[in-house]
Amino acid sequence: MKAQALPADRVRITTDTSTEPFWQAAKQERLVAPKCAACGTFRLPPTPFCPECQSTEVDWTELSGRATVFSFSVVHGFPGLPDITLVPVILDLPDAPGARLVSNVIDVEPEKVEIGMELEVLFSPISDGWLLPLFRPVARG
Amino acid sequence: MSRNATQVAIVGVGATPYYPRGQSVPQTITELAGKAILAACEDAGLSVKDIDGFAYYSGAGAGYGSQMDTAEFMETLGIPEVTFSAALTSGGGGSAGSIGLARAAILAGDATVVVTVMALQQARQRLGSVFAAAAPSPINSFLQPSGLSGPGHLMSVLTRRHMHDYGTRREAFAEIAMSQRQNASNRETALKREPMTLDDYFNARMIAEPLCLFDFCLETDGAVAVITTSLDKARDLRQKPVPVIAAAHGGHRDWGRAFAWMGMPGEAFASSGHAPVAKHLYQRAGVAPTDIDVALLYDHFSPMVLMQLEDYGFCKKGEGGEFVESGAIRYKGGSIPVNTHGGQLSEAYIIGMTHIREAVEQMRGTAVNQVAGAELALVSGGPAALPVSGLILGRDA
Repeated sequence: MKAQALPADRVRITTDTSTEPFWQAAKQERLVAPKCAACGTFRLPPTPFCPECQSTEVDWTELSGRATVFSFSVVHGFPGLPDITLVPVILDLPDAPGARLVSNVIDVEPEKVEIGMELEVLFSPISDGWLLPLFRPVARG
Repeated sequence: MSRNATQVAIVGVGATPYYPRGQSVPQTITELAGKAILAACEDAGLSVKDIDGFAYYSGAGAGYGSQMDTAEFMETLGIPEVTFSAALTSGGGGSAGSIGLARAAILAGDATVVVTVMALQQARQRLGSVFAAAAPSPINSFLQPSGLSGPGHLMSVLTRRHMHDYGTRREAFAEIAMSQRQNASNRETALKREPMTLDDYFNARMIAEPLCLFDFCLETDGAVAVITTSLDKARDLRQKPVPVIAAAHGGHRDWGRAFAWMGMPGEAFASSGHAPVAKHLYQRAGVAPTDIDVALLYDHFSPMVLMQLEDYGFCKKGEGGEFVESGAIRYKGGSIPVNTHGGQLSEAYIIGMTHIREAVEQMRGTAVNQVAGAELALVSGGPAALPVSGLILGRDA
């Protein structure tokens, strides 16, 4: 059985001024990350200050959508969904070095997921009209 | 500071019975905490009216969604006046460090008899799904959708990375679970006493691979209270004082919010976050890991015991698996007995307080699984969002 993500109606997000641009971009199926406009350091989740230079100026940088599995879990069951199998992944983003994204890999058997695996983003509906970035293995050509 | 400069001591420990999750009702948090505080006073030979300070951790939270409150304790227990009431921030990471907070209050002259207490009930919210149950927030919206629904799920990804980087095997986690179960087997206070075999471990349900049921701590209810006072005053009380040799809390930004963040760079990712605290703790105590006789390491999840063994210098970084598999942490025959009370994996989970209780009993020489001749006990708080913390207790001369 292939890894799933949580059903749309079980996923809710909220935003603040720091995080809103990330989610607005996701709604347009664009993966972006905040890069400090002063020193170029990426950070995730988006926060008010650059932890390196304390600047509040941000360049929202559009990413390729590629990611590498840094680590992952195979989770059996979720409250109210005892039979679901999820593969939460901790991702390095090649074009946002130093920032990590926590997401899910789908469309793959859990036993085939491994550290170092190359993934690509897709966007999946969740509650309240938002889209959530998810990942699947890069199609081998 | 050197050991000679020790100026405060733990003089009383009290606890309620430990209950399986939900079974402490209809008692309330205030009742459970009050019973533990009264028992700690009785143990010390103090009146509850002698308490003039409260040093909490976890923001004075009582588990998940409940709160403790000094004014309520004063009202219900009849404590006439307090001159100190404070808490370490964040969660279970501060359990051991709360004794350092009590020590700070006493050394500053702010209070004379300081109680640290934790009470926990899980009827309304269990630990196992605490992150799934949290209301969405801007920051947890970057974590919660993944389905990492509880702390063990989060730590499973740290564990997988440790296995990947260092070749750590599940057999090491099994050894931690089995050795602690063995330690619990002769304890009336322990909720899990039946033996656990390697087959039992490998046949257990996988919850968040690579972690199985037996890597997760118990979900329990109960309360434990500890009373700290000056060493001078301690000598007039009922029990042999247990000197506080050193305490430390804090941590490095590389660990930060830890597994709620997942941005930990380099070696910090597959760690317990305790290395900076361990360094300060040993420096303040003037001792080395080889001087520690018994280690009470916060065991919400078995692999974090292994990573703490590395961060507290009992073995090198990355060698925790081999170290544990050698039998080094066993009560019988181990070079550093770990969690001689069975820990949170097999005795009960009161967010770190059972470890302090056991360390006190070891230093009094009254532990059920007494380490012969033990003179220094290490206690750690939970690998969790900062602050994490550590404590070294000694045996009074």
